[in-house]
Amino acid sequence: MPTGNTSVWETLAPRNAKFGPGTVLKAFTHWRLSKGPDDIGWLVLDRANESANTLSEAVIAELDTMLAEIEGIGAKGLVIRSAKKGGFIAGADIRDFKGATEVREVEERMRWAHEIIDRLAALAIPTVAVIHGYCLGGGLEIALACKYRIALSDARLGFPEIRLGLHPGLGGTFRLTALIDPIEAMTMMLTGKTVHAKKAEALGLVDAVIEERHVENAVRAAVAGEMKTDRGSWKSGVLGLAPTRQLAARRFRAEAEKRAPKQHYPAPYRLIDLWEEHGGDANAMQKAEITSFSELLVSDTAQNLMRVFFLREKLKDSAKGESDIRHVHVIGAGTMGGDIAAWCAARGLRVTLADLDHEIIAKAIGRAAEFYDKKLHSNIERRDALDRLIPDFEGRGVAKADLVIEAVVEKTDVKRKVFEGIAPKMKEGAILATNTSSIPLEVLREGLAFPDRLAGLHFFNPVAKMELVEVVAHDQASQATLDRVHGFCGAIDRLPAAVRSAPGFLVNRALTAYLTEAFVMIDEGTPKEIIDRAAEDFGMPMGPIELADRVGLDIGLEVVRMLKDKLEDPIPEIPAWLEEKVENGETGRKAGKGLYAYDDKGKPKKASVTSPPGPEMTDRLLLPMLNACVRCLREGIVEDEETLDGAMIFATGFAPFRGGPMHYARSRGAADIVGTLKRLEQRHGPRFAPDKGWEALSEGP
Amino acid sequence: MAQPPNSAAATKAKNPSRTAKAAAEVPIAGGSRSPNRTAASSGRPVYLVDGARTPFLRARNKPGPFTPVDLALQCGRPLLMRQPFSPDEFDIVILGCVNVIADEMNPARVGSLRLGMGAAMTAFTVQINCGSGMQSIDIAYRAIEAGRADLILAGGTEALSHAPLVLRQQAVEWFGGFATAKTPWAKATALAGLRPEMARPVVGLERGLTDPITDLNMGQTAEVIGHLFGITREAADAYALESHQRLARAQNEGFFAGEVIPTVARDGMLYDHDDGVRPDTSMDKLAKLEAVFEKPYGNVTAGNSSQVTDGACWVVLASEEAMNRHKLAPLARIVDSEWSALDPSVMGLAPTLCSTEIMKRRRLSREDIDLWELNEAFAAQVLACLAAWEDEEYCRDVLGLDGIFGRIERDRLNVDGGAISLGHPVGTSGNRLVLHLANAMRRLGLKRGIATECIGGGQGGAMLLEAA
Repeated sequence: MPTGNTSVWETLAPRNAKFGPGTVLKAFTHWRLSKGPDDIGWLVLDRANESANTLSEAVIAELDTMLAEIEGIGAKGLVIRSAKKGGFIAGADIRDFKGATEVREVEERMRWAHEIIDRLAALAIPTVAVIHGYCLGGGLEIALACKYRIALSDARLGFPEIRLGLHPGLGGTFRLTALIDPIEAMTMMLTGKTVHAKKAEALGLVDAVIEERHVENAVRAAVAGEMKTDRGSWKSGVLGLAPTRQLAARRFRAEAEKRAPKQHYPAPYRLIDLWEEHGGDANAMQKAEITSFSELLVSDTAQNLMRVFFLREKLKDSAKGESDIRHVHVIGAGTMGGDIAAWCAARGLRVTLADLDHEIIAKAIGRAAEFYDKKLHSNIERRDALDRLIPDFEGRGVAKADLVIEAVVEKTDVKRKVFEGIAPKMKEGAILATNTSSIPLEVLREGLAFPDRLAGLHFFNPVAKMELVEVVAHDQASQATLDRVHGFCGAIDRLPAAVRSAPGFLVNRALTAYLTEAFVMIDEGTPKEIIDRAAEDFGMPMGPIELADRVGLDIGLEVVRMLKDKLEDPIPEIPAWLEEKVENGETGRKAGKGLYAYDDKGKPKKASVTSPPGPEMTDRLLLPMLNACVRCLREGIVEDEETLDGAMIFATGFAPFRGGPMHYARSRGAADIVGTLKRLEQRHGPRFAPDKGWEALSEGP
Repeated sequence: MAQPPNSAAATKAKNPSRTAKAAAEVPIAGGSRSPNRTAASSGRPVYLVDGARTPFLRARNKPGPFTPVDLALQCGRPLLMRQPFSPDEFDIVILGCVNVIADEMNPARVGSLRLGMGAAMTAFTVQINCGSGMQSIDIAYRAIEAGRADLILAGGTEALSHAPLVLRQQAVEWFGGFATAKTPWAKATALAGLRPEMARPVVGLERGLTDPITDLNMGQTAEVIGHLFGITREAADAYALESHQRLARAQNEGFFAGEVIPTVARDGMLYDHDDGVRPDTSMDKLAKLEAVFEKPYGNVTAGNSSQVTDGACWVVLASEEAMNRHKLAPLARIVDSEWSALDPSVMGLAPTLCSTEIMKRRRLSREDIDLWELNEAFAAQVLACLAAWEDEEYCRDVLGLDGIFGRIERDRLNVDGGAISLGHPVGTSGNRLVLHLANAMRRLGLKRGIATECIGGGQGGAMLLEAA
């Protein structure tokens, strides 16, 4: 047996990457230029003081200087690549864009940046972008300005600008539509989805997909003009004609309307207009791109969506610590438990899934396999994820797990009983987490031998879609436990929001106010579809009635009961029909029937809305939720407004372009909201009474 | 026609010159046959500490939900999960498998990696037909005994439902000619050589279960020895019926708790018991079945033969040191093992050779063996073994005993059913026999037991366990 402590592969793997051979000729703050023995220049980006490469003004300015140097070194070709492990270039530095208000100023900056990228595109020698990892937005625009793009097999390329309420702004719109099938190009930009290396090759977006060990040979071939490229398609020609573009544009608009209504999300429509008018005319399209991008950038939608981007970064930052969690044991293989288990296994953790009912475990595995088929990219990944997801019929995983997540029914005595059974079996130092959505942890920790290692990990349904996890503290939880649990969220690519233990924590407490008001409106005779429409018009991804069905009426009922019992919040009475429905098993989407009836695909059958919702309706739904948010803030359930906004957006899909409930409240003005609440209080009762917390809010941040 | 089992076949096992040669090859060769094993007990004691298997799943005319490695994974993961040590602390992984599929060459290694046992885990696959699952245990046992390892995961796996369709040799040759034909004319000529019958594939399983030396399939060898020992159709059917009843009882009483662990397929289907069991079968039903191997007058039917089945099984073997280090509790101690060979046409009698050999060496009488697991390849074959042990001439001339060996009572033999009701995933069965013997001895509070099996091609294996 070998005697060293590290494995062969661990020792050798770092030798893999070559970020530019030869001697360094010029090294500035962010870029360095070297020349290899075969007279190929290597321009390598290694942005100072940042873990990932993004394009700041300084980086672009330095690129300009470097481009001027290149002519002098007598290179016969130029490679651009990144020295960062994570990827090529992750896009523009959004910090540069935040707070921009003047269209003119933005336009000027963009024109300056375009000139530099154009200079790169116009270099007389062949240019090759060597792309690994993320290549997004502005990064892809630099790659598009090169003559060749060579991807390593882990590359992911895309234009996520649309998610920030923008479209590509550094030449992406005209370069991408000119390079590949314009329909595919537009789809990429309109959906913001990234494509993997293989797909990128199929699209003609990259010319070759290789492994690191072939980079030098491939670059040499490209520079020598020996690399075979397969670009463009017959469609490019046809779509050069205005009438065909008009047809396609109409289809794109219809598609966009389904996902992102124009009044809330203008960017897709601006992009479609841009292409419909100027497609095929690079010069005109470039000019129009700059104007359109600049106008979008200063809009509320883009600025709010950028805020959402930073909210995510903030939550991510709190998840950066080491969790030291390799094995997760999940108890309860229902929808939540099963999905949490499947998600963790997909993210590389070993997972044991236990339940008293063996059939339920098996079904959860089946569901996981379906999910992996859709979301994982190779059969090897699917096999490995399923291998890591272990049905645990004997409950043996408890003794091996670093983290045990309990996801059994929402009943205190049942959860306590589970704890009693597993706590003695858990290994030293392992963490016990509960996925309770409403029971205070102080109640659950009673009788536990190690309360310091108990925390709440409240996931949202569906786990794969809802990024947020409420990390619930309690009076005896240790900081080390909470830190590790935050780190665990980071390791599985979810966003932790620290909340204090109180009934319903933050999200369910705020949602309850919203959902129960919707139930009151049903009782008043308002059609469900109109209630939902009122919320959708505000920008919610779905209305409260559909959401209640999605959550599950049984779970919702349990939460509302608990909150009514434990809180002084003015929650309306639980309607008798809700309890009846739950008793009859009409528990929502999962049962095929709840407040709506559902088709085979799980889509609600809705009557068409004949009259639009009244102007007051949106406020009646929304303001109780805001009121509850302010109350949570005042009670210290969450630390700050940003965490609160992030939590509501990433757990419930709260209209992202509004920037979050608190940001919305501030933009609308606390005084206005308090006034409206008072009016609603007069008309509908004391449950609308503004919380004391609004006073602090009116005084400013 | 096959020769009657003559003493030549058996005396080979006692041939001292051959024994000496085999002993020199100890133990990787599998057939380690030391004449002085009693004296050699200076070797370290070896314990069977735990084991688990999948339910045995009957092949249903299409590939089952699991490949051989999938099966090994399904029972391996929970088995490793319940060990107090980490999976990478094993020294070696040894897995028996007869029908290895092309995507899983060396299934032991593929399985150990998929089980998360670490990149540094050595693993190899062994094959001796129906004895493969016992061979893996034997090799592990000898390695630990000799002090070359302390902790070994030894198993068997088989997905008979995945046995490939094999192209006829003719077709392979044609394809070879066509693929290498260079000119269009040569290609056209080659194409003209294609015959319709070439497209008809051979079921690999059928070929695999046919002895290549005698061209008798396994069922025919059962017909041969059934005839030689006068086993009637009724006796075979009665044995088969009891096998089903015993398995059903064991399932109902929970005798397989911890031994059989449910498996889950990708589609979310749960398989939680050996599904070949037919508790409602009867003598009438069995009597209606036609002979399958020697139509129309044969006695061996689908009903009194083992079933074609998928399944896997693992056992954990440990030295005393490993037991202390990891605080393991033994299930049983492996005391001895033996392999024998004889004429392929009477392969079913092999258990009498290897088992008797161990008992002679250990100076054990029939009464000393409290429990037997004798693989039920065919009812007629099991009954022929029992009859042979009561046959004076056979015991004297073949086994070298002074008198008859005697009757093994049915309450000491295959007490919880066997391959006729459970199925016979060939690479797995030997492993299951040993594991179940250990578990059944523990349950019944018995001291000593033998697990033994006949092996296609004319061999047999046996293993002696003692309660620990």
